Amino acid sequence: MKCRACREPAVIDIRRHNANFCREHFLRLCRDQVAKAVKEFDMLRPGERVLVAVSGGKDSLALWDLLLELGYEADGLYLGLGIGDYSDESGTYARAFAASRGARLIEVDLREEYGYDVPTGARAARRAPCSACGLSKRHLFDKAAIDGGYDAVATGHNLDDEAAVLFGNVLHWHDEYLARQLPVLAARDGFPRKVKPLVRLGEREMAAYCVLRGIEYQVEECPMAEGNRHLHYKEALNQIEARSPGAKHDFYFGFLARASERFRDGIAEEQGALLSCERCGAPTPSEVCAFCRLVEKAAGAQPVTIGRRGAHR
Amino acid sequence: MKVLLRNPRRTVEVSGPATVNVVLDRLDIHRESVIVVRGDELVPGDTMLAADDEIEVRPVISGGALDREVPS
Repeated sequence: MKCRACREPAVIDIRRHNANFCREHFLRLCRDQVAKAVKEFDMLRPGERVLVAVSGGKDSLALWDLLLELGYEADGLYLGLGIGDYSDESGTYARAFAASRGARLIEVDLREEYGYDVPTGARAARRAPCSACGLSKRHLFDKAAIDGGYDAVATGHNLDDEAAVLFGNVLHWHDEYLARQLPVLAARDGFPRKVKPLVRLGEREMAAYCVLRGIEYQVEECPMAEGNRHLHYKEALNQIEARSPGAKHDFYFGFLARASERFRDGIAEEQGALLSCERCGAPTPSEVCAFCRLVEKAAGAQPVTIGRRGAHR
Repeated sequence: MKVLLRNPRRTVEVSGPATVNVVLDRLDIHRESVIVVRGDELVPGDTMLAADDEIEVRPVISGGALDREVPS
């Protein structure tokens, strides 16, 4: 297996590109694809400050590394979600990466600062764990970005993530979600700009990137994600991709180019209807935002203990 | 050879020598859903592995709270 660029021994094959790459040219490909996405969708401009949502997993650490490599002023934000050993280890990887790059990592611990953790909050609010987790992340990333004066929040959503979410949104025709499924969402009152610079890269590439760059990351799956519908969508799409390399890319970028705009009419109406949360001031369609309602329901709830599913690194 | 698998973490024995792709086929693991690591090194599918090699088959699919961009 030879590198397409230099004919030296390759370390990875990428079937949708019908090509193999050596270490040097693969890392260059990753940087180029991020730079291309940033430029194509006008995600970031020179000199802007970026807050990277860091989980300790491969995507967020690769994203942080790539943005630093490309010269952006990028700080990290790690949320302590309180998911047992999984969260403890994830935090260790985030801190180790920050220390190795001399980068700034901001940490927010849900239990210490808001009195709940994801397992407890999910049960108290009768939400699926991934729902309570996603809600907490969105709210706290937004808050940290606004409070810290950052120009944008960058998340590690990759091509596989976006294709899987799109698949689910199309499967159930969630018009509102389809309208917002974009690689960049502009800032508006109370919300920072949101960017997804990894949309041109798959998750296998991100795992390979971390290994080749010597980035240690949380390999184990979140113990609360078992049965998550997005995992099923990813498996379904991977079956299609195996027979038709490039299908995921065509699905997602075809949507952006040909269909995305048709779902956006509803956004303007909704934006006009937003209020300011009477407790925290965050933009919300109701008097009290969903995050503050979650905090309220979780207050005083019996803590839920999460064990270790399998062993971790 | 010793093959470390994940989720949950366990080790299985596979006879060698064999290429990475053959090992994955024997374990019925889809090539696109994993990377294979030996020590700190990423090993591509056509690499011949020795009978006494130790490798890790690392899954790359992650799920969880993928964003739905709606106001909270």
